[in-house]
Amino acid sequence: MKLRFEVSDEDFSLAGRASSELKRVLARLGFGPETVRRASVAAYEGEINMVIHAGGGVFEAEIETDRIVLNLDDSGPGIPDIGLAMTEGWSTAPERYRELGFGAGMGLPNMKRNCDEFDIRSEVGVGTWVHMVIKA
Amino acid sequence: MTVRKIAEILEAKVAVGEEHLDLEVGAACGADLMSDVMAFVKEKVVLLTGLVNPQAIRTADLMDIRVVVFVRGKSPTDDLVAMARENGMTLLSTKYSMFLACGRLYEAGLRGGGIRDIR
Repeated sequence: MKLRFEVSDEDFSLAGRASSELKRVLARLGFGPETVRRASVAAYEGEINMVIHAGGGVFEAEIETDRIVLNLDDSGPGIPDIGLAMTEGWSTAPERYRELGFGAGMGLPNMKRNCDEFDIRSEVGVGTWVHMVIKA
Repeated sequence: MTVRKIAEILEAKVAVGEEHLDLEVGAACGADLMSDVMAFVKEKVVLLTGLVNPQAIRTADLMDIRVVVFVRGKSPTDDLVAMARENGMTLLSTKYSMFLACGRLYEAGLRGGGIRDIR
């Protein structure tokens, strides 16, 4: 089963809706609560990142019987130093997002922590691509 | 500690979820940054927050948190109440500050932080 979500940055109140939908689908399909939570958190942080940093993007979930594959793709400004971006607490999110509850610098580390496989590639001026696998 | 007891200690108003007041909660987490909630919370906690927006509810839902307390006298808006109702959550609103709300719950015996080890 494949789900595809277009993530827009126009209305922040909608940010995270795709991940909530993913959570409902995974729970309905009978995945365990821990797997559902890990996949949902990884997706949610990715979705929020696309909204805050990249002007939106596309988020796809491939759901198989024993694993969930999440692919995030955006055409944002890219990440100049991925190592630095992976550091807990390091954030480039504008201050206004902190008032909205984000920009703690925990997004990418949270994504990685909740995955069994994590791959991120980025090119400045082109965009960022994230591939995550969560095993059930 | 039951949600009913938490509401009592915090002199909180129940915005939605009256029917879940007998739910037992063993730990609490106070945070305004939702990524911190996702990074550190491990158990099912009651979340105390000053963040009143849909992401507070979504984060709680993703983390299987069933109870959210809005501190500093903030009340959830109608759309948040509707979201919480749909997810079977309880939303409380207290006039106490984050520090005092957490302190009152701690003093009443709710001691668990519900978080993973921080190195």
